[in-house]
Amino acid sequence: MNKKIFIEPLFRNNPITVLVLGICSALAVTVKLEPAIVMALSVTIVTGFSSFIVSILRNTIPNRIRIIVQLVVVAMLVILVDQILKAYAYDVSKQLSVFVGLIITNCIIMGRIEAYALGNKPLPSLIDGLANGLGYGIILVIIAFVRELFGSGTVLGHAVIPAGWYIKNGGFYENNGLFILPPMALIIVGLIIWVQRSISKDLIEK
Amino acid sequence: MQELVNLFIKSIFVDNMVFAFFLGMCSFLAVSKNVKTAKGLGIAVVFVLGITLPINFILNKYVMEPGALAWLNPKYASLDLSFLSFIVFIAVIASFTQLVEMIVEKFAPALYNSLGIFLPLIAVNCAILGGSLFMQERHYETLAQATTFALGSGIGWFLAIVALAAIREKLSYSNIPAPLRGLGITFIMVGLMGIAFMSFMGIKL
Repeated sequence: MNKKIFIEPLFRNNPITVLVLGICSALAVTVKLEPAIVMALSVTIVTGFSSFIVSILRNTIPNRIRIIVQLVVVAMLVILVDQILKAYAYDVSKQLSVFVGLIITNCIIMGRIEAYALGNKPLPSLIDGLANGLGYGIILVIIAFVRELFGSGTVLGHAVIPAGWYIKNGGFYENNGLFILPPMALIIVGLIIWVQRSISKDLIEK
Repeated sequence: MQELVNLFIKSIFVDNMVFAFFLGMCSFLAVSKNVKTAKGLGIAVVFVLGITLPINFILNKYVMEPGALAWLNPKYASLDLSFLSFIVFIAVIASFTQLVEMIVEKFAPALYNSLGIFLPLIAVNCAILGGSLFMQERHYETLAQATTFALGSGIGWFLAIVALAAIREKLSYSNIPAPLRGLGITFIMVGLMGIAFMSFMGIKL
């Protein structure tokens, strides 16, 4: 049972490509692989633990003000993540700038709390939250990998395209600057959706 | 004055919330199937952004910035409450959307019926929180600047969602490869619109 909760969001029910949640803060951090990995981890942690905490509180939260209560729980976790990043990974935290704060309004988190944690026990909610965070992370890492490879010719900051290939060194290759620009992230997500829906045909929309 | 006009134009076109920063994407993609609802959501965003951002600006300037509490008592000049900003901003936005919903429901039922369902959604629209966070990060100095920035980015978001909705309405007549239908083609289209919007980047104001 728990295994199924964990596997589903990674591919079949992926939050980004199938449920269309959490695109907001995701795409701007995918120019390079490193911030994307940090962002994926932060979101996974926040999604998991906010689902866990809300699930513990689910029978005591009055229905009318639940959105504010949920936002406060999420905001508290995000503040913790932000302070930890500022203390131990200052450079990445600067690169992520406002997007750490925007984890609060990441629709994956509110979506999972509303759809799952409010009606389920703490442990399955924790697993569901973590798995959705990871499903989001996988897409983020794929996009960042493609963009960094074609856009700057590096992976995690290490050059992978041989220096001799570049035109300025007498070769034939040039980095594609378009991949650094924001719109390319959207087009890559579109292509990922295309591939995924060609594999599992039942996801195709009419 | 000229500076404010520049900021206004810049936040509509050059720093467009959707195409330059991907903010408010979730509702941007979910509520852009037809022009009428897109307009409703767009107006609601301009409205909420235009009011919450100045409130957050005042809170940030007089309560949370390092040394901001000095006006209360010189003793507090060394306090730095900026770590609280996320929770304060989101609390202002969430309670404000709830408040606006109640006021609009009571005094303008016609407007409520056209906007109604979108108002609660706006609390978790990242364009709103994003606006407040950018305001904090870019250190806008006066209330006028912050308000201009809020209105400009709201209108930029409005234009973007109406444009996308108009294209999606036309799209139902085209023949698209099956796995790309719906979400996939929308993403690619938003990407292409983003590339078009990038031509504004060359503008120096």
